Amino acid sequence: MITREEVLHIARLARLELSDTELERMREQLNSILTYIDRLRALDVTGVEPTSHAVPLVNVMRDDEVVPPFPQDEMLRNAPDRVGEFFRVPRIIEG
Amino acid sequence: MTGTPIHELTEAYRRSESTPTAATEAFLARIARLDGELGAYLTVTREQALRAAADADARYRAGKPLGPLDGAPLVYKDVLCTRGVTTTCGSRMLEGFVPPYDATVIARLTAAGAVMLGKGNMDEFAMGSSTEHSAFKPTRNPWDLTRVPGGSSGGPAAAVAAGLAAGGLGTDTGGSIRQPAAFCGVVGLKPTYGRVSRYGLVAFGSSLDHIGPFARDVTDAALLLRAIAGADPRDATCLTAPVPDYAAALAPGVQGLRLGLPDEYFIEGMDAEVERTVRTAVDVLRGLGATVERISLPATPHALATYYVIAPAEASSNLARYDGVKYGLRVAGAKDLVEMSSRTRAVGFGAEVKRRIMLGTYVLSSGYYEAYYGRAQKVRTLVRRDFDAAFGRVDLIVAPMTPNVAFKHGEKEDPLSMYLNDVFAVPADMTGLPAISVPCGFSAEGLPIGLQFIGKALDEASVLRAAYAYEQATPWRARRPSPA
Amino acid sequence: METVIGLEVHAQLLTRSKMFCGCPTTFGAPPNSQTCPVCQGMPGVLPVVNRRAVELGIRAALAFDCRVNAACRFARKHYYYPDMPKNYQITQYEEPLAEDGHLEIEVDGASRTIGIQRLHLEEDVGKLLHEGTLETAQASLVDYNRSGVPLMETVSRPDLRSAEEAAAYLKAFRAVLVFLGVSNGNMEEGSLRCDANVSLRPRGSRELGTKVEIKNMNSFRSVKQALEFEVRRQAEALAAGERIVQETRLWDADRGYTRAMRSKEYAHDYRYFPEPDLVPLTIDRAWIEEIRAGLPELPRQRRARFVTQYGLPPYDAEILTQSRALAEYFEAAVREFPQPKVVSNWVMSELLRELGADDEQAIRSSPVTPARLAGLLVLIEDGTISGKIAKEVFEKMRRGGEDARAIVGREGLTQVADEAALGRVIDQVLARSPRAIEDYKRGKTAAAKALVGQVMKATGGKANPGIVNRLLEEKLSKI
Repeated sequence: MITREEVLHIARLARLELSDTELERMREQLNSILTYIDRLRALDVTGVEPTSHAVPLVNVMRDDEVVPPFPQDEMLRNAPDRVGEFFRVPRIIEG
Repeated sequence: MTGTPIHELTEAYRRSESTPTAATEAFLARIARLDGELGAYLTVTREQALRAAADADARYRAGKPLGPLDGAPLVYKDVLCTRGVTTTCGSRMLEGFVPPYDATVIARLTAAGAVMLGKGNMDEFAMGSSTEHSAFKPTRNPWDLTRVPGGSSGGPAAAVAAGLAAGGLGTDTGGSIRQPAAFCGVVGLKPTYGRVSRYGLVAFGSSLDHIGPFARDVTDAALLLRAIAGADPRDATCLTAPVPDYAAALAPGVQGLRLGLPDEYFIEGMDAEVERTVRTAVDVLRGLGATVERISLPATPHALATYYVIAPAEASSNLARYDGVKYGLRVAGAKDLVEMSSRTRAVGFGAEVKRRIMLGTYVLSSGYYEAYYGRAQKVRTLVRRDFDAAFGRVDLIVAPMTPNVAFKHGEKEDPLSMYLNDVFAVPADMTGLPAISVPCGFSAEGLPIGLQFIGKALDEASVLRAAYAYEQATPWRARRPSPA
Repeated sequence: METVIGLEVHAQLLTRSKMFCGCPTTFGAPPNSQTCPVCQGMPGVLPVVNRRAVELGIRAALAFDCRVNAACRFARKHYYYPDMPKNYQITQYEEPLAEDGHLEIEVDGASRTIGIQRLHLEEDVGKLLHEGTLETAQASLVDYNRSGVPLMETVSRPDLRSAEEAAAYLKAFRAVLVFLGVSNGNMEEGSLRCDANVSLRPRGSRELGTKVEIKNMNSFRSVKQALEFEVRRQAEALAAGERIVQETRLWDADRGYTRAMRSKEYAHDYRYFPEPDLVPLTIDRAWIEEIRAGLPELPRQRRARFVTQYGLPPYDAEILTQSRALAEYFEAAVREFPQPKVVSNWVMSELLRELGADDEQAIRSSPVTPARLAGLLVLIEDGTISGKIAKEVFEKMRRGGEDARAIVGREGLTQVADEAALGRVIDQVLARSPRAIEDYKRGKTAAAKALVGQVMKATGGKANPGIVNRLLEEKLSKI
């Protein structure tokens, strides 16, 4: 069973602010889903290779060729906060 | 005009019985009249559509159309990036986000002369099975406005069903094309993983995300697939196999085709009407000359649980970039970066997205990786082996698309019961195998039911061919909903 | 106590385009002008591996005698930081490109072998500019030009036993990368960056002590000073009975100390998993051999060969193999003037007077080409000019870009070897130096030297010193 502290820990890792009510609801719902998922533990998967891709491709690479970059203004256009040629973010060290 | 499939529409253009502009105007008028209630569109690109249609007009006048999709008015799920046109993924997080580039599929359809009518509504970041989780508005099922259209591609499915687009594109990570296609009574095709480039598809579960067409009939699905499929140097997981002319190979029928009917796709709690309708459809296929045998895919009951480890894990990673720094939402007044990002994500994401991010972060976190993600990847191998074994005996698998018909808005509040709706859809995503949903009848209440065909990797041709044979032998595609 | 240091070195690979997209890797461009949706982590984008980056990684792996893994894979490493646009870094984790190599270092004439645990490829992050310092800034600015630049990370084994050895490791490491054209090794531009893990343990112990990670060492000097400081700090703490805290400390080069990073950052949990957008790389023998065949001779191999083939002292060989350009310069000159030690002397004293031994660019573009140097040495050899004049001619060649013969001819620098002419000069010198002659007669040999000097002066340094000596001796003996 996932605890309140674990939910809080996960929320911090995931950068999600949760209210107390959200936290408790999240705990209940995660537990319900994890209980369902836990059925997988009953399966014997010893010696089974993991599948990470549905397609068996290897060595897909591109040549080292320069493609002109996108115009600076176009790349900055969606910025929520911009100063001149830069994106701006609030203070990084937690206050 | 808004009720005909693309291949008939473009045939009418060629015969000068209609024009792309006339058709586009008819669709735009119908959107203006009906979409307020239906909620299928998040953005309608009226001016752009009329410009593209006028260009197509000129090509037809000159006797030089670009091909079978020239002037086809389409709807694109709002998870596909469109250069200069807002792409929100149904999320507050990306409200007002304007991509500086086109998804490969969009660029290909544009080059084929298709006319974009607008961007289709969806569950936020493609997470959901009802399109109730759009941050902006729900989409209603055109057959019964009190019901959901399915999801997450509910907007495009409803638009095609209700005649608000001649066809469209959706995405399918855990059934998100095929389940709404079944609920809305249209054709929905999920191609083989890698058949269609994912470049420009805003990622949910990268190893499970597929792009595919919604269509009025199987012929249109074949035409749309051919236009979007094929190698793309921008997607390292995209296959380079040549793209066949799917539409030209539809005719041969199912005579001699070996179909497998999996026991595990007829489960307890399934709607009896759905089961009966699907079994009747299988009889029709038998009557058309196919041989049908029972098969077993024993790992099926585990596929959904596996899916709910892998998809959220990948989603938690893919959605990490929405932090209020580069694009999209940023809340005001935060005292530092961590607070800004955490609150932006709290405000910008809806409940279902947060749930999956939390679940995905949990299963990848230190100490749990092997127990969840590592194990799920192995079970994924077992699911694949089932299909490998089955395809040693049969050419195609035929099965119900969903365990039930479209449910009512607000009916599935519990996340898990919503997830269970995708139990028949998920295995094809897990294995990357091509699968289609084609209408196979209606419930007593008049709600559509979908029949699913699953094929071997890259054998979209057989999937389409069986679906086409069934479609041509039955009357279902003639029945259209009449919303409002 | 024994010092235990391991180094993690990040080197920017010398590719034209970025690791996963076609954007250029140009340094110093206007902020956010070298980006595209891919390296800015926009919704919907996908990475595609740069083949050249993989090849450069394999190149380095072969140079360090690493085992190149038959299969490797990329993974996502998750943590939030605004310079990393996706909030995960595409890197290699469980299946790196190569493992188990080593690098020879030399400290105080003794050489040691330092193990290299792993070598893997990854993408760089963008650059942050703080309005003030990181601690005081109310806001920071982000430039994503660097985001996605290909990096090779190499982790050494904890085999280094002093700050000096760590600096020697970094220097040797850099020399190999620069020599192979894998990286330009420019620490100022951030093309080569280094973090260290430092711990102390009782001498003879096999267990490792609590390690402290040191970051922000941006030069060889910093590496040495930072690690010396940190070793002292830990030793003093342990001596005072304190425990070492496992932490990350930053080197403050201005103030000359390391300090713990002030951070409430939550404990790291990187949540690695295989990058689903990329497929595995399989590296077969044929590919490896193809790359091996294209490898230039390594500095240490070349150094050894310079000693055996050219009979050079190890000191000369060491200097001449500092860079590929210099080694090639030397060999080209020797081909035209086959006296290796003479060439070596001239290269070390004259060519390197004004340019660095590892300044590839300057060496390659020096107006004194290997052929011109050889031409100059021929003129000394055949007596046309003296060694002293030759040094002047070298300077003129460096400035003007002409060959030696042209300069000597134009400026009349040819050595005077005409005995009759020299005889007249000597007679004049002797005529005004009765005192020196007296001294000489009384057995003061130094007086002869002074007379030679006067002759040389009178001829503007052009007299052939051998002939002057002989003629002077003859004339003095007749007086």
